[in-house]
Amino acid sequence: MSSALKPADLITVTIDGREIAVPKGTNMIEAAQVLGIEIPHFCYHSKLSVVGNCRMCLVEMGLPALDPATKQPVMDPATGKPKINWVAKPTIACFTNASPGLHIRTGTPLVRECREGVMEFLLVNHPLDCPICDQAGECKLQEQATGYGRGYSRYIEQKNVKPKRTLLGPRVMLDDERCILCSRCIRFSKEIARDDVLGFIDRGSHSTLACYPGRKLENNYSVNTVDICPVGALTSTDFRFKMRVWFLKTTPSICPESSVGVNTEVWSREGVVYRITPRRNDEVNDTWMADSGRLLYKQVTADHRLREPSVDGTTVAGAEALAQAGALLKAGGVAIVGSGRSSVEEQFLTRKLADAIAAPAWLVSRVGQGDGLLISADRNPNVRGALVTGLIKTVPEAELTELAAQIAAGKIKTVVSIGEDLTAAGLGEAQLNRIAIVYLGTHANATSAGAKVVLPTLTVFEKAGTFINQQFRLQRFAPAVPGPQGAADDLVILAGLVEAAGGGALASDIDGLWTTLASEIKPLATVTYQNLPATGLLLDASDFSDLPFPEDETLHFNPKQ
Amino acid sequence: MSVIQVQRKPLTFAERTYLPQVFGGLMITLRHFFGRRVTLEYPEQRPEIAPGYRGVPTLVKDPNGREKCVSCQLCEFVCPPKAIRITPGEISGDGPSAHVEKAPREFEINMLRCIYCGLCQEVCPEEAIFLQNVYSVSGYSRDELVNDKEKLYQLGGTLPDRHFKWDKKQAAASASPIAHP
Repeated sequence: MSSALKPADLITVTIDGREIAVPKGTNMIEAAQVLGIEIPHFCYHSKLSVVGNCRMCLVEMGLPALDPATKQPVMDPATGKPKINWVAKPTIACFTNASPGLHIRTGTPLVRECREGVMEFLLVNHPLDCPICDQAGECKLQEQATGYGRGYSRYIEQKNVKPKRTLLGPRVMLDDERCILCSRCIRFSKEIARDDVLGFIDRGSHSTLACYPGRKLENNYSVNTVDICPVGALTSTDFRFKMRVWFLKTTPSICPESSVGVNTEVWSREGVVYRITPRRNDEVNDTWMADSGRLLYKQVTADHRLREPSVDGTTVAGAEALAQAGALLKAGGVAIVGSGRSSVEEQFLTRKLADAIAAPAWLVSRVGQGDGLLISADRNPNVRGALVTGLIKTVPEAELTELAAQIAAGKIKTVVSIGEDLTAAGLGEAQLNRIAIVYLGTHANATSAGAKVVLPTLTVFEKAGTFINQQFRLQRFAPAVPGPQGAADDLVILAGLVEAAGGGALASDIDGLWTTLASEIKPLATVTYQNLPATGLLLDASDFSDLPFPEDETLHFNPKQ
Repeated sequence: MSVIQVQRKPLTFAERTYLPQVFGGLMITLRHFFGRRVTLEYPEQRPEIAPGYRGVPTLVKDPNGREKCVSCQLCEFVCPPKAIRITPGEISGDGPSAHVEKAPREFEINMLRCIYCGLCQEVCPEEAIFLQNVYSVSGYSRDELVNDKEKLYQLGGTLPDRHFKWDKKQAAASASPIAHP
């Protein structure tokens, strides 16, 4: 952030005696974070407006003393530095923005006392039901009570009783006793989700969070309030009481819901995915994601998951199914229906397959309504990957009419479908009856039911790969859980098909494949899977700038620019 | 270093007959016929277990019959041999314990893995798991030695409670004017 700014835009502030140059207006919590100094806070969130109502971030503040006559800083003869006038009372760091010569102190006895006092008041009415609270383990109140609290309670009176187990909406549960009134959820709903349904009612210690009468917190971004809730007041009904967070392992992933390419973290334990949360990427999704994307992990254990390779409906060994598919490919008259849901690597291998047998390739279009925030109109996460790898030349058509015509003309005898339902893509019974289908996919559908060869593959949670999002940002995902026993990695199956079709042996592991990708695809020349930054890599999109992409404006993306 | 050869003293006649040793041994046996008994006829007779003994871990109920475990999974976390496996669940409906909200749906302790260290008892914030006086565990299969929730409560029984924390919470809630359900 600061590297893009000219040094003239930076001003120097002093935190605990250490100087740091930050852009003017940076608030002190962020500035201290750069120095590795933690200023505890609850209500402040870097992506929301500042309200300063938790008072946890109190610090001592001072400014250089000015001579009233000359307006010049008064120098301290002892140190040779400007004399600092310390403000008598503590100030909140979140509302203190960097100004020239600003000094703050975060470790003085006064600040420590302030934090102890704030923690004590926050805990006065907190129910301390951590054993049954889902937030335990990732709770700011727990962490900061341990780090900055006094360690014991002096409160002997009856704690406030407030409503528990209130459903605010279909996906969010509220426990008012745990709420510390930080108003993050209210600000999120108003400022980010633009669905201003939350607010505080009643006064003083009776204040409670509530929905506007007759409304519910049911927008598609409601679970973000659960993520940003510093305590366990808001919990997700889907994740509630499922598993303790300290058992869960996080894996960086990318949401396959749309071409926005929301950065996510997949939380799993012993091969079971329990939840998906957003991963901060200031260039793509900030710290948010849509509720609909959070539920996609359920496809991993869905009933209609394909678990066994089969030929003509009978289960066979993987090698035999691959051999059968290879025989069909060699027979000629093959067309390939690739997928915008495949990773860049899979699309590259799909292209290699198409090249090996000189087969035409299409992609299935999946266009819906964008929501202007984090779901774009293109519900395929990786159409641009197919363009970059050369699988297709233009954006996919709404229906596979060209393929239908070629089937009707008798030119096509076999269709390889990479996880796409051909009936949904505009092919009718009449066409499907005339072709043999080789289906590579994760879930059963009308196409897999009628397929000659079915090769089960892995979901995005079970394999490694990359997607190119609407900004032409190459982002990678890692496997979080192992796939079902009968399913094989898409790369292995595709490399096997390429070899069976006479396209030569290609690497089927992600690192080996990237050496080929980097040498053959110009925009990816310097990339390897391992060196890809966590925030993704912006590729040169000038070759595709005049294609009619369906996306409208979303967060951090404007198609007109 | 020099080596000292020790000469073995030749045995006397009495020693060579071996009889003094035999009778000496029989005298010791005879003395025990009249002394205090130190053995038990196990398994018909069982030893008295001292308080604080770390036997088989069990789950207990409070005197009102409420299951105390709220499946916070701290014991599962702390268990060094990973013998404990909990599936948390929600207490739904409006039963007498509905205000506790959370209870284990399944609770398994694998006695083939348990090392009787007592960390689970120490870490439990609800005083729901205790290593009590059961010390003899046997079974015909591995599955049999995994104690499920039902077995654990059967072994644990009811223990006295000093806090009645959840009852107090419920009383406070019903006395409060603002806590609507």
